Amino acid sequence: MSSYASQKSAIGAGKLVRAALYAVLILFAVYYLLPLFVMLVNSVKTLDEIRGGNMMSLPEHFTFEPWLTAWSTAQIGVEPTGLRPFFVNSLFLVVPAVVISATLGALNGYVLTKWRFPGDKIIFGLMLFACFIPFQIVLIPMARILGLIGLAGTTSGLVLVHVVYGLGFTTLFFRNYYAAFPDELIKAAKMDGAGFIRTFTRILLPSSGPIIVVTVIWQFTNIWNDFLFGASFADFDSMPMTVALNNLVSSSTGVKEYNVHFAGAILAALPTLVVYIVSGRYFVRGLMAGAVKG
Amino acid sequence: MAFLEIDNVCKSFGPVDVLKNISLDVEEGGFLVLVGPSGCGKSTLLNTIAGLEGLTTGEIRIDGDVIDDLPPAERNIAMVFQSYALYPNMNVGQNIAFGLEMRGMPKAERDAKVQEVAKTLQIEALLERRPGQLSGGQRQRVAMGRALVRNPKLFLFDEPLSNLDAKLRVDMRTEIKRMHQTFGTTIVYVTHDQIEAMTLGTKIAVLKGGIVQQYGTPAEIYNNPSNLFVADFMGSPAMNLIPVEIDGSWVRLTRDGDDPLVLDFDQLPASVGNMSGKQVIMGIRPEAITDSQGGAATRASSHRTVTAKCRIDVVEPAGADIFAITALGGKEVVTRLHQDWVGQAGQNHDLVFNLDKVVFFDAQSGERLR
Ligand SMILES: Nc1ncnc2c1ncn2[C@@H]1O[C@H](COP(=O)(O)OP(=O)(O)OP(=O)(O)O)[C@@H](O)[C@H]1O
Ligand SMILES: [Mg+2]
Repeated sequence: MSSYASQKSAIGAGKLVRAALYAVLILFAVYYLLPLFVMLVNSVKTLDEIRGGNMMSLPEHFTFEPWLTAWSTAQIGVEPTGLRPFFVNSLFLVVPAVVISATLGALNGYVLTKWRFPGDKIIFGLMLFACFIPFQIVLIPMARILGLIGLAGTTSGLVLVHVVYGLGFTTLFFRNYYAAFPDELIKAAKMDGAGFIRTFTRILLPSSGPIIVVTVIWQFTNIWNDFLFGASFADFDSMPMTVALNNLVSSSTGVKEYNVHFAGAILAALPTLVVYIVSGRYFVRGLMAGAVKG
Repeated sequence: MAFLEIDNVCKSFGPVDVLKNISLDVEEGGFLVLVGPSGCGKSTLLNTIAGLEGLTTGEIRIDGDVIDDLPPAERNIAMVFQSYALYPNMNVGQNIAFGLEMRGMPKAERDAKVQEVAKTLQIEALLERRPGQLSGGQRQRVAMGRALVRNPKLFLFDEPLSNLDAKLRVDMRTEIKRMHQTFGTTIVYVTHDQIEAMTLGTKIAVLKGGIVQQYGTPAEIYNNPSNLFVADFMGSPAMNLIPVEIDGSWVRLTRDGDDPLVLDFDQLPASVGNMSGKQVIMGIRPEAITDSQGGAATRASSHRTVTAKCRIDVVEPAGADIFAITALGGKEVVTRLHQDWVGQAGQNHDLVFNLDKVVFFDAQSGERLR
């Protein structure tokens, strides 16, 4: 009887803890979602409504005007171009930079784990070290090199900068992933007559889904969100989205169009959100199951 | 000239010498088993034959051709790995066909070959499955299929059964033996399981510390171990190794709280006879010490037996036999009695020693005294 009662109270206490847990979780979720909410509601209000009313209230007159303005007519530099050309700049920057740095990282990881050579540990150590170099330190040498090779102020130059800077991370990701990949599979491929490239493309790469997704998310968000390199190495025509957004928001002439700023900021953040949502779905685990006796 | 010749092979990883002057040869259609404790260099030797590791010095020949400088794929050798190493992203059919594909065989021909091999191994129903969806035994079979389909000159197996459960291990052992008999392929097989070595091999090489301790047929290794290590390693239960005193043709074994047991050999090899006063180890397998019923058979087949009363300390029935443990020379000695034997632990019973099966070792060097 007493044990039944104590069991019952234990269950009751468990429920209480659970309720408290959810309360805290919901609180944090709200806390993190609030800025997004503010941005969203204010991006569809008229400027008058923002000035006159409450930041938190829902719009009385729903309008898409700020989004259209931010996208295609807002004053960024001299011309009223909106953010669109810079969005395109960012795409032309981020896609090649991600593809190149991830490909090189995968090849590095492959060589460093499966085609070991004397001194490979030192090389890996140096690449790891590259992950800890702060952006600011490389600015001036990088500017000089870009000038020397004639890529200063171009999108290609920015791609190069991001590839070089990202290589340490992508190599680290792939090396650690491939270190756990069974060596016997590589040996089996060798015995089967697959060479360096075909072992990589036919055996290793098809099993690399999860780490490719991780690397792409990491590189995409970092490069898309980068401001410092963009501000330092791009000129007006190759300026990425982040820099353009800054110009939009901090332009000193005229009235501050907060609704347009909010819409622009969401536009700038949208691609990274999409990458998270889309590639998260492909984040399949357990691809390695069955490779080895289990 | 043998089919596979391993000639004075040495292999070091930096300062570590892993293989030391290994020389072995296998006839065509032979089954060589490399056996030894963990870390003795079995896999390394296999990898050097496969070409996955280079040699430091020495030479390996197949059919008279030196293969040292050929890349693995051109040696016409197939290997079954300990983990099976099936490509996780390909189905069974693709796994088996991969080696053929890499050699540029057209698809239709490949498919026919895969079908043929799948049929022999009875895995036709599995061809569309991924390795992850197979049981351990099925994976093992696919791994063998991948090796078989290439029709190589030589098969290498690296502990292919070590991760299977006991029952499956016995089944697959039989299957490998059958495969060897049907296809007549030459096989080099690595294991650290001495029972596998005894049952599968036509020749066994016992390795320890990168050195071949003994190379011979299973019977030679079992009956005539060349040193204490081999004697102890091969056989289960292990050979009894008892410190003894030599006195002319007499061999004296001390007993706790009793007179020493004296075995009269009538005639001992000179190398043993000369050892009087020195430390000698006598080796005798459990089945060479039996009860009077089993002793009748022993007496009929061997030249010289000795019957003596010994105290039995422990009795362990094992189904087909009874293992009884007595103490001689300060060691626990396992004897193998007839299954109908009745007797009590703690009492004295007649034991029959088959002196034909006794071997002697120099306790100092561990070498056999012949
Ligand atoms: N690449 C390597 N570098 C340095 N030492 C190595 C290397 N590969 C193997 N060794 C060493 O060589 C010795 C023999 O290794 P090997 O793998 O051949 O043993 P094994 O007999 O197959 O053992 P097991 O039964 O455990 O598989 C071991 O001491 C091991 O540490
Ligand atoms: Mg091994």
